[in-house]
Order: sequence, then structure tokens, then C-alpha cells
Amino acid sequence: MKLSGWGRHPVVDAGQACPTGESDALALLASLRDDQSLIPRGLGRSYGDSSLAPLVLDTGNMDHLLAFDTDSGLLRCEAGVSLATLLQVFVPRGWFPAVTPGTKFVTVGGAIASDVHGKNHHVDGSFSDHVTEMRVATPEHGVVTCSRSEHPELFHATAGGMGLTGLILDATIRLKRIQSAAVIETTLKAANLQEALDLFEAHRSATYSVAWIDCLTAGTAMGRSIISLGEHADQGALVAHGSQKIAVPVDLPGALLNPLSIRAFNTLYYQRVRRKTSTARRHYDPCFYPLDGIANWNRMYGRRGFVQYQLALPQDAGVAGLREVLTRIVQSGRGSFLAVLKAFGDGNANPLSFPIRGYTLALDFKLGAGVLELLDELDAIVIDHGGRLYLTKDARMSAATFRRCYPAWEAFAEVRRRYGADRVFHSQQSRRLEI
Amino acid sequence: MDNVLIVGATSAMAAAVARRLAATGASLALLARNADKLDTLAADLEVRGAARVSRHTFDALAPDEHAAAIEAAFDALGQVDLALVCHGSLPDQQACQDDAGTALRELAINGGSAVGVLTHIASRMERQGSGTIAAITSVAGDRGRQSNYLYGAAKGMVSRFLQGLRNRLYASGVNVIDIKPGFVDTPMTADFDKGPLWAAPDKVAADIIRAVEKGRHTVYTPWFWRYIMLVIRAIPDPVFRRLKL
Repeated sequence: MKLSGWGRHPVVDAGQACPTGESDALALLASLRDDQSLIPRGLGRSYGDSSLAPLVLDTGNMDHLLAFDTDSGLLRCEAGVSLATLLQVFVPRGWFPAVTPGTKFVTVGGAIASDVHGKNHHVDGSFSDHVTEMRVATPEHGVVTCSRSEHPELFHATAGGMGLTGLILDATIRLKRIQSAAVIETTLKAANLQEALDLFEAHRSATYSVAWIDCLTAGTAMGRSIISLGEHADQGALVAHGSQKIAVPVDLPGALLNPLSIRAFNTLYYQRVRRKTSTARRHYDPCFYPLDGIANWNRMYGRRGFVQYQLALPQDAGVAGLREVLTRIVQSGRGSFLAVLKAFGDGNANPLSFPIRGYTLALDFKLGAGVLELLDELDAIVIDHGGRLYLTKDARMSAATFRRCYPAWEAFAEVRRRYGADRVFHSQQSRRLEI
Repeated sequence: MDNVLIVGATSAMAAAVARRLAATGASLALLARNADKLDTLAADLEVRGAARVSRHTFDALAPDEHAAAIEAAFDALGQVDLALVCHGSLPDQQACQDDAGTALRELAINGGSAVGVLTHIASRMERQGSGTIAAITSVAGDRGRQSNYLYGAAKGMVSRFLQGLRNRLYASGVNVIDIKPGFVDTPMTADFDKGPLWAAPDKVAADIIRAVEKGRHTVYTPWFWRYIMLVIRAIPDPVFRRLKL
């Protein structure tokens, strides 16, 4: 069948295996011929080719909750459980994922493999920082239970390891207490990039913070932003989200998103917020997952699909580095529809985890002539400043770029070899990046 | 629906029903063939809020063991508000045409064993004098088609059996529901190309629960299959013979 990531580029022909339980999955791994390899796939929300391979192991039927400790908030569940399920089951009881990305349609296994981050990275770290233990099926050593103290090298390589160290069977993750399903959201306006970064700094103690940034406007207003800060409300109903309301039923014509329409959108989006500061109380669903309300929103970019580009720059590259990146994007006129800026806290010990202390910028680019060349130029700027690119969004970086972004890649490759995963676990991305 | 017995509990549609009921704090008695999958599902339902979950291994092709398994499940629950029969397989029609042994085996799984299990359940429910029996059959049972008439024959038999059972149990206050799903995206149908007519197991589960609450008799799920099958049944045989359905 035809398979792609969320960006709908590239598209590959893939066989799909859907084991209905652990024993099925282990039997499948044992049955592979020497020349066969596969990659696990959850809900297919990584954007590029990291969940694509000639054979894909779909974890959708391995979606059971296994145990929950109501005192500690520790949940053990299979890798195919989605965050949407976690929210549905646990929000009514007053628990919330410690870290959540911008969509709830990801699996726990995928969240670990991408070591996803959320709007609270600067205070709470990334998803795997709240994972205490995993069971991973490896070709060489069978099913291995790993944690920070037991087989720590496998634990750290698997967290952020893009599914390349083995099949995550189940994981124990920590949920956090909430008193209400509502979030108190404060919106701030920043007239330019420096002001945006200053606001992030001034609000370091806010639990959640993220900015929408205009990537089309040059000059003194370059980097004008709308910053959202969030705190879980102290009181209110504990009601989980409902079902999706609307969908994009067909591929929209790609030409709908052009420099003119994107510029109009960006200006409207910025001007829509009138006051310098405003506060609102909203349900977690529109607050954390604004695009989840529209099924298949990725069709908005037309048939050819799009690439996401997410970079992180270290703190000391700061405003100068971001300004250089933004200047190049503004010049290109290809600025993106929704660009997101966020201040990261400290990174962790995982060799392939993306976040590093500093700033991250995420952009969508509709595929078209000149886009890939622009991204190559941006790669050079990012590397110059000691930054890196997010593997979960990537569909096109070179092996050389990957190695400069992730200096610990050799340690990762070593763990892969030790557990025999380099024989069995490969994605189109891992082949391209020569991991 | 506080006390629910499910045969073939690890099937996708059954598990979806069980998850919805677990969230309301129901007690569940689960029968399924694979003990490992049964354990995993039971753990899942307990985390989701089921008051009690009992597990009973059950093999459709071992009819001598059915009575004991059903008895144990009824005893674990005490009162049974809903008994849901979901087990089955999707036979390879070609294999059933080539080999009568295969055909009879598939008939036993999808037809005979359901009749056997329903017979055990019916006598317990009749004594109890209340509750609902529901069984998952198929739209395939509505008319024999060359692409899957063995499966259709088995499911059609169960539908006709349920019709009679409903008639028999009316006096004792037990309702009997025939659930007829169309195409459902489950591990059983993993190899099919999916189109707009395909439904998610959770959609079917919601329909099943609503049918029990409303005391329905025959339910097509999703709803539009009632009309598709109305058309399929209405096609005159001289025309139907020429179709590749």
C-alpha cells in the first residue's frame, strides 16, 4: 500500500504488518529473512520518512493500558496507546501527560522514539524525561527491560532513537495531577524578535510557553510574534475532549497557499490580537491541539505535500542566529503559514534527542521549486551556529548534516550494533542518513 | 449494563464494547481463545475502570468445554445484563470451495459454535428472566454471494436462529439482538483495501450499546447497511446470477 508521513512527502510502497499482541509481534520479528528489515510505526505523525520502509510494523493493535498507580501517577501501557486515549481515560480522574506535543494523535511509542517536546520543555524537559522504564524487543538480546539504571545505554538510545534500536513493547510513564481540564492562557504581543525572546526570558517560570512568529515581515518588525503562556486552571470540570468536528475531505489545490495568501494570513493573525496582554480560559483541546480539530489538515498543502523544518539553536547563538535564519526566510518570500518559536530548557542525555538549551523554530514549506535549495542554505546557517534539526520533521537532510547536528551519533550506532538492531530496524530516513 | 458477558472478547468489536462499558464501571466476564491476549485486555479494562473482570478461556472448536466456560462466566457475574457473542473468523472462500473439510470447519466456527454458545446462554438467561442476548452476525448473511457464501451461510444460520430464540425468550423478558455489521476495519480484515464504506470498531461498539439500551431486534451497523442490503436482497435472481458480488 501507499504510505507517507504527515507531510505527505515522500510516498512509498510499503507492506504493513499489524500484530495484535506482543507474541504476534515477536513472532513477526523472528520470522524476518536476513535481507528483510522494518520500522515500527504508530499513528504516522512524523512528517518525513522516519516511519517509512518497505515493511512497516503498525503498532495500532498493541494499544492496551496495563497498570496504573493512583498514588504515583505511574502508568504502564503498550507502545500503541495514543495520547488521545490517555487523555480520554485519565483527564476525568485528574491526570494529564507530563509532556505533550502539538497533536494528541501520537502513540506513546512514537512519542518516545521522537522524544517529543511540548510547550513546557523549558521547565519539564521532553517526553522521555517522564518515562521510567521500557521493554524493548531487540534482535540480539530478545526482550530487554531498560531504565536509567538497567541497560541505561539502550534506554537513552531508544528515547529519541526513531524506532531504530528495537521495537518498544511497553513503557512506564509518569502522569501529572491536574485540578481542571481548563488552561488559563495569557497572550502577549511582541513587536519584533528581540522583544519575543525577552518575553520568553521574563516568563521562564510559566508552565507552558510558545510563540507564533511572522516569517514574512522584514525590517524593524522582523520576528513579530504572539506569545501564549499557559497554566492548568486550579478548579473546574475534569472533562476530556470530544471527537473531531470538521475534516479536509480532499486535497486542496496547492496554489491556495501562495506568498500572497500566507502574507495576508500572517498579518491578520498578528492584528487579530489587539491588546498587548490578554487572558482567557480554554479547554486543553483547542489550547494544546489547535489543529487536531480539523481531520487531515495536511491536505491543505495540496497533492505534492509539504516539508516541515524545525531547527534548534543554542542559547549563545540567540538572537543573532535566529535573525540570520529569519532574514534568509524573509528574503525567500516562502515564509510559512504557521511558524512556531519556543525557548528550550536543558537537553537530556539521549544521543538523538532534539532539544538543546536555546531556541527552536518550526516552519512548514509547501513543496515546490527552490524549496529544497533554500533548506540546504538554512542547514548551513544552523550548523554554523552549533544548532541542529529535528529528525521527526525531516525528509531531506544529508548524512553529513545529520552527523554535525548530532555529534553523539557514533554512540547511538554502537548501541544499535550491540543489540543487533542495525540488522533489522531501518527506515527510509535511517538509510538516507546512513545511521 | 453493569454485568456483561462477552464471548470472543479479544476481537476488535468486542474489545471496543468492553472498553466503553469498563469506563462506566461495569463488571465483565470475558471468554476468548488466547490466554495472553485475554490477560492483556483484562488489565486494560481494569485500568479503564471496570469494577471486576473475570477471564475464561474458550475455543470455538471445543464444544464440549463451552457449557462449563459459560457457567463459570455466569457464576462470576451473578446477574447478567448483557451476553454478547462476538467470536468468529473470516474464511477464505476459495479454500472453502476447494476443500469440504475447511468449509465444515469454518461453518463450525462461525455458525455451529455460535448456536451452541447461544443455547447455553439462553437457558441461563431464561432462568434469570431478564437481560439481553446480542450476537454479531453479518450483512453477508442476508444473501448468498459468490465471493463469501460460506461465511454468509454460517452467519445467515445464526441470524435465523436468533430470530427463533427471540420469539422463544419473549415470554421470559429476555431481548435478543442480531447485530449485522458491514465492513469493519479490524485485524480480521487487515488485508483488505479500505474505502468510504468501512467503519471503525468503536463506531460499531457505540451502535451495539445503543441497540441494547433501546431494546432493538435487528441492527445494521453503520446504519446505511440496512439500505444497501435492502437493495441487494431486492435484486431479482436472474439479474443477481450475472453479477460479480
